Amino acid sequence: MQLNALPKSPTRPLTLPLAGRPHPFRRFSRRLIPLLSLGLLLLGWQVVTMLELYPAFIIPSPAAVLEKAIEVTGDGRLWLHASTTLAAVLSGLAVGVLAALALGYAIAKSVLLETVLSPVIVALQSTPVVAYAPLLIIWFGSGLTSKIVTGALIVFFPMLINTVVGIRGVPSDLRDLLRSMEATRWQTFVKLEVPAAMPVLLSGLKISATLAVIGAVVGEFVSANAGLGFLINLARSQYDTPLVIVAVLTLTVMARLLYGTATWFERRALAWRARGR
Amino acid sequence: MSARITASELAAAYQTPDGDTLPALGPVSFHVEAGSFVCLLGPSGCGKSTLIRLLAGLQRPSRGQALLDNHVIMQPSRRVGLMFQDANLMPWRTVLDNLTLPLEVAGVPKDERLAAARALLPALGLADFEAAYPGALSGGMAQRVALGRVLIQKPDALLLDEPFGALDAMTRERISLDLMDMWERQRQTVLMVTHDIHEAALLADRVLVFSRRPGRIAADIRVTLPRPRRLEDTYGAAFGQIAGQVRAAISRT
Repeated sequence: MQLNALPKSPTRPLTLPLAGRPHPFRRFSRRLIPLLSLGLLLLGWQVVTMLELYPAFIIPSPAAVLEKAIEVTGDGRLWLHASTTLAAVLSGLAVGVLAALALGYAIAKSVLLETVLSPVIVALQSTPVVAYAPLLIIWFGSGLTSKIVTGALIVFFPMLINTVVGIRGVPSDLRDLLRSMEATRWQTFVKLEVPAAMPVLLSGLKISATLAVIGAVVGEFVSANAGLGFLINLARSQYDTPLVIVAVLTLTVMARLLYGTATWFERRALAWRARGR
Repeated sequence: MSARITASELAAAYQTPDGDTLPALGPVSFHVEAGSFVCLLGPSGCGKSTLIRLLAGLQRPSRGQALLDNHVIMQPSRRVGLMFQDANLMPWRTVLDNLTLPLEVAGVPKDERLAAARALLPALGLADFEAAYPGALSGGMAQRVALGRVLIQKPDALLLDEPFGALDAMTRERISLDLMDMWERQRQTVLMVTHDIHEAALLADRVLVFSRRPGRIAADIRVTLPRPRRLEDTYGAAFGQIAGQVRAAISRT
């Protein structure tokens, strides 16, 4: 399987586009409706616990979860585990993205390299990370390193594909134009390839930002002594369901914030798109 | 300054996936005198664009050579400006930054290149658009930016590959007249591929008509109309005769 046999745009947005042009009311409702659906979810949850259909250790009430959240925030445990996970997420993201950018650029430029490497890369991608995560623990220990490696591996493939697609998608007429100006390789890279590939690279970064969280948690699930993944495992073994939920929600917030940061960055870097049409 | 372009037994061929060689152009031999305006007409697929690529140094010939003055063209040169049917602007750069790109690549200091670009804007009819992004421009305006971008590097020769081919008739006529005005002041050597007999007869000193693939020169027609030319000249008998000659040459290919 060749890398370029894969779909042109392997990325998809995490938010669903609303149809039609943004109308003032729609813009308002666009903000309001997500809050409303969150509220409904909470309400449903509250109703289920009030009906006492399930014991509290299976579905604790929202109040119990909130109480637990206040407790673990107060004693510093949540911050300890969240910051441990966040450090692993950010380092995994950085390592994975940088490696994918470098290798992706090389592959985009060299058909030979693509032919040599794509079987390995595709095999690596086809194997679930959770399956070989224990191997990584054996090789890199149960500390930060193996979490970074897991995160980097999970981030690597989509970012690599986006890099290859982005660099190969640089219009050949623009390449010819730069050649006709006697541009150096470096000038072609900086003035053409990077900005032309930027939209695809940034959508890769958005996907990677959320994947990095999954990678770190997988690492923590398999073996770790700190982090939100570790906390979830620990709480589950103690039937502390509210704590499990607190840790999971913290991960949700973390992933959403990372995605939001990447989106913000994208909007800034691609401001020309909004002004151009 | 302007440069003389020479094609000497110039030919190009492509490799098909089966390993066959497909002749695309020539061999052709011709001179384009320094400072003259030559238009190239021919059926589609006759190798006109290939010829432009060879002369631009973007592609190597399979036979013969292309010369700029007396130097064999081995690679692209800043002395030669290139323009395609598509404006090929960088959508992430404003009009002004697109115009200055060749100077930026050549290492011209920022204030100099901005001054040069701002000096060009009025003649291009883009005075109010320096901060606009290409996505906001019409096809005609985008092509004007592309024209400005080749002119700013003060090339000795211009190679234009159907530069106005994608524009509507009215826009096309106005922009070709503007090109003619600018050329009459600077007199770079121009080799322009076109599909439009009217455009060729109005702009050119000479019209080269190419045969079907592999393209060879089927006719070499001198346009003896006096300069400066105006649009009204195209309604005269002399113009009609030239256009008819070109038309007849194309019919014979």
